[in-house]
Amino acid sequence: MSDTHTSESSGDVFDLSQFHGVFYEEAGENLANMETLLLETDESNADDESLNAIFRCAHSIKGGAATFGFQDVADLTHVMETLLDRLRRRELAITSAMIDTLLESGDVLKHLLASRQSGTDPGIDCTELVARIGALAHGTVAAPVAVPATETPVVAAASVVAAPTAPGERVLEIAIGPLDQPKFAENVVELFSEIPGLGTIEPTDDGQPDASQTRHFRVVSTVTDSDLLDLFSFHVSREQVSIRELGAGPAPALAPTAAHDADPTFGLFDDLPTPVAIEVHAPEALVVAAAKAELPRSADRSAPASANLESSTIRVPTEKVDQLINLVGEMVITQAMLAQTGRGLDAVVHQAMATALTDLERNTRLLQEAVMAIRMIPMTAVFNRFPRMLRDLSGRLGKKLELHTIGEDTELDKGLIEKITDPLTHLVRNSADHGIEMPADRIAAGKPEHGTVTLAAAHQGGSIVIEVRDDGRGLNRGKLLAKARERGLSVSDSMTDTEVYGLIFAPGFSTAAEVTDVSGRGVGMDVVKRNITSLGGSVEIDSVEGQGMRVSVRLPLTLAIMDGMSVGVADETYIVPLASVVESIHMTASDVKSVGGTGRVVEVRNEYLPLMRLDELFDVPRSVEHSGGIMIVVEAEGGRIALLVDDLIGQHQVVVKNLEANYRKVPGVSGATILGDGRVALILDVSWLVRRVRH
Amino acid sequence: MNARANALAERPREYLTFRLGEEEYGIDILKVQEIRGYEQPTRIANAPSFIKGVVNLRGVIVPIVDMRLKFGLGSAEYNDFTVVIILNLGARVVGMVVDSVSDVMELSPDQIRDTPEIDSVVDSSYITGLGTLNDRMLILIAIEKLMGTAEMALA
Repeated sequence: MSDTHTSESSGDVFDLSQFHGVFYEEAGENLANMETLLLETDESNADDESLNAIFRCAHSIKGGAATFGFQDVADLTHVMETLLDRLRRRELAITSAMIDTLLESGDVLKHLLASRQSGTDPGIDCTELVARIGALAHGTVAAPVAVPATETPVVAAASVVAAPTAPGERVLEIAIGPLDQPKFAENVVELFSEIPGLGTIEPTDDGQPDASQTRHFRVVSTVTDSDLLDLFSFHVSREQVSIRELGAGPAPALAPTAAHDADPTFGLFDDLPTPVAIEVHAPEALVVAAAKAELPRSADRSAPASANLESSTIRVPTEKVDQLINLVGEMVITQAMLAQTGRGLDAVVHQAMATALTDLERNTRLLQEAVMAIRMIPMTAVFNRFPRMLRDLSGRLGKKLELHTIGEDTELDKGLIEKITDPLTHLVRNSADHGIEMPADRIAAGKPEHGTVTLAAAHQGGSIVIEVRDDGRGLNRGKLLAKARERGLSVSDSMTDTEVYGLIFAPGFSTAAEVTDVSGRGVGMDVVKRNITSLGGSVEIDSVEGQGMRVSVRLPLTLAIMDGMSVGVADETYIVPLASVVESIHMTASDVKSVGGTGRVVEVRNEYLPLMRLDELFDVPRSVEHSGGIMIVVEAEGGRIALLVDDLIGQHQVVVKNLEANYRKVPGVSGATILGDGRVALILDVSWLVRRVRH
Repeated sequence: MNARANALAERPREYLTFRLGEEEYGIDILKVQEIRGYEQPTRIANAPSFIKGVVNLRGVIVPIVDMRLKFGLGSAEYNDFTVVIILNLGARVVGMVVDSVSDVMELSPDQIRDTPEIDSVVDSSYITGLGTLNDRMLILIAIEKLMGTAEMALA
């Protein structure tokens, strides 16, 4: 039991409700869109484009609603979708009654969604509407007008209904026949069960038609007989159906005329040569009138709630957002200055001031977070381009490819989204081109004919991890090593798998065409790696030969903010990106060994690392000679070096500013940031430092 | 020169004047974004000596050029009167350290004389002319052109 409980609560971690807002917003847009399109539809000449668009609107609402478990919304959109699907396939011709019903459904959906959003009970029962749309979808005219006429027998029969039923439910005996093929009746049963909320149907004849090829069913339902007839007439003709209230005497038929004229023996008895024709053909004008009457009512109902559903998105130029970010950045600095000044004041005398400063600090932080969130957009923006690409590729390569995407809603800074698109495209193309085998080879290897490429995005701490997976042939360690030796790269058999797979990122590995024969990988992988590294990210490869491979790209959530370690060198402050810091160690002058006179190394954990003195590199003026200091081991591009600084000042998030905008690229510096006191500090370009020492 | 261009050239223009040592300079007022007091910039390693570093101007990183060092004038002392003229040169924003800002002056074309061929640190091609106002002489500089040159090492 405890196991079950644990798994349940761990399931709760993935709380879907955080996406509800997006769903409501999208559904609202879709509904508005659908309404516009429906209103523009000319029933005598509806074009495919708009029918398809309307279908898509209903379809996406249904998808979202089903995901979030909004059963009523999903059920209603499901039948709408069925109807719209038949319309767009031209299996049915659109009528104004359909448009009216669809518009009404739209209003009901708005109401349902608004109630969901505000957490109130919608207070509408869509069963009747669902049945009506179902009937329309199955090729008959909806006849809501028949309702009053059939209510009389319901009331009359109520007292004699034996089975316990819910209010409004009736128990009916239905005979269908004579049938040419018994399976028509099965179709009716299937159709009946397909429509949610309609009720139950079960055969009373053990599934066997009687002598006159007629089947008998017991139905418990709330809908009117005419609606049932409408529904059934999709598979069987109306003449073949007879309905009677169970226990209410034989066949009190349904439509007003039939109810009066019907011979009690009609309908149920098989020996009748021609079963009674039940005419429920409501005059068209009446149908429309009823639909119209229905419409304002539901519109009224949803009016106050639908205001909530109004689109809450605005388009804003990126520059405005960036300006906002800049200003907030400034405010953070001003706040820091105020806080610093405030600390010097007597807390007793200036208590109100101290409280205000604390509030200011909190509000500033919240404001900064909120502003940064504006730049975040979902990964969908990138993932959207791949289905088409894979489709094209599968045609060109003669392979069968499927794409799975996971976590499209994961958000990432807009700037990063733009920059990650190319590397990802490259990785996906690589997977499709070199990873996935030809269909015949796949079958021979006992794999499904379809190769699958999976794109997955997820947040992990302060980073986003994007994975490109395929179930192709994977990497071969031995061949990679052989290839590396051939290319003159220094490799050994004791290298870990990760290191071996990492070889495909080596520049020498990438350009040669024959690499494809070796690993199936490598074209331009060094470029991919460089691009990702320049975004402050990292790439890792994992593979099982014959099973496929996985490339994981880890990126910071935003380029605008970075975790940094501030270090002091004489009077100057520099920022080392925390992502590249391995460790920091106190050092004395005797730890440093010289190599060949000028080169200096330092021993860290049984490894000699080249030492770079930041004060020498940046020519930092010193008034007094400084000895000792702190050694920061940094890692970049697979290499490690030790940086010598005077002291560590602290770790904090820094807002990354660009130096090139007004100045120029400075060697060894990747950007700048503004410190709490308003001064500028330079951010070290660790990759550059490592390259400089090692080459 | 057609009449229209002539009329434009005839219009008096406004110049911001500032002092570098004993000399007085003028630049087009339209290039000036603001004037600030001097604050210690963050030094940039391996930059020419006249580039003092970068400062934070409301969230924007702006390089600071000391014109006294660039032109080899004055003592390049930094005190409470040292000012920085923030120039907005369209593509970039640059700060310029000068000894002091004098005033804004209007000069009509007839007050501007041609620059004679002289031997100076400043390439005479960046001097648009010499303005005269009573007994003062203003060295008028095409500041955008000057800041855009390779020798300024700003880009």
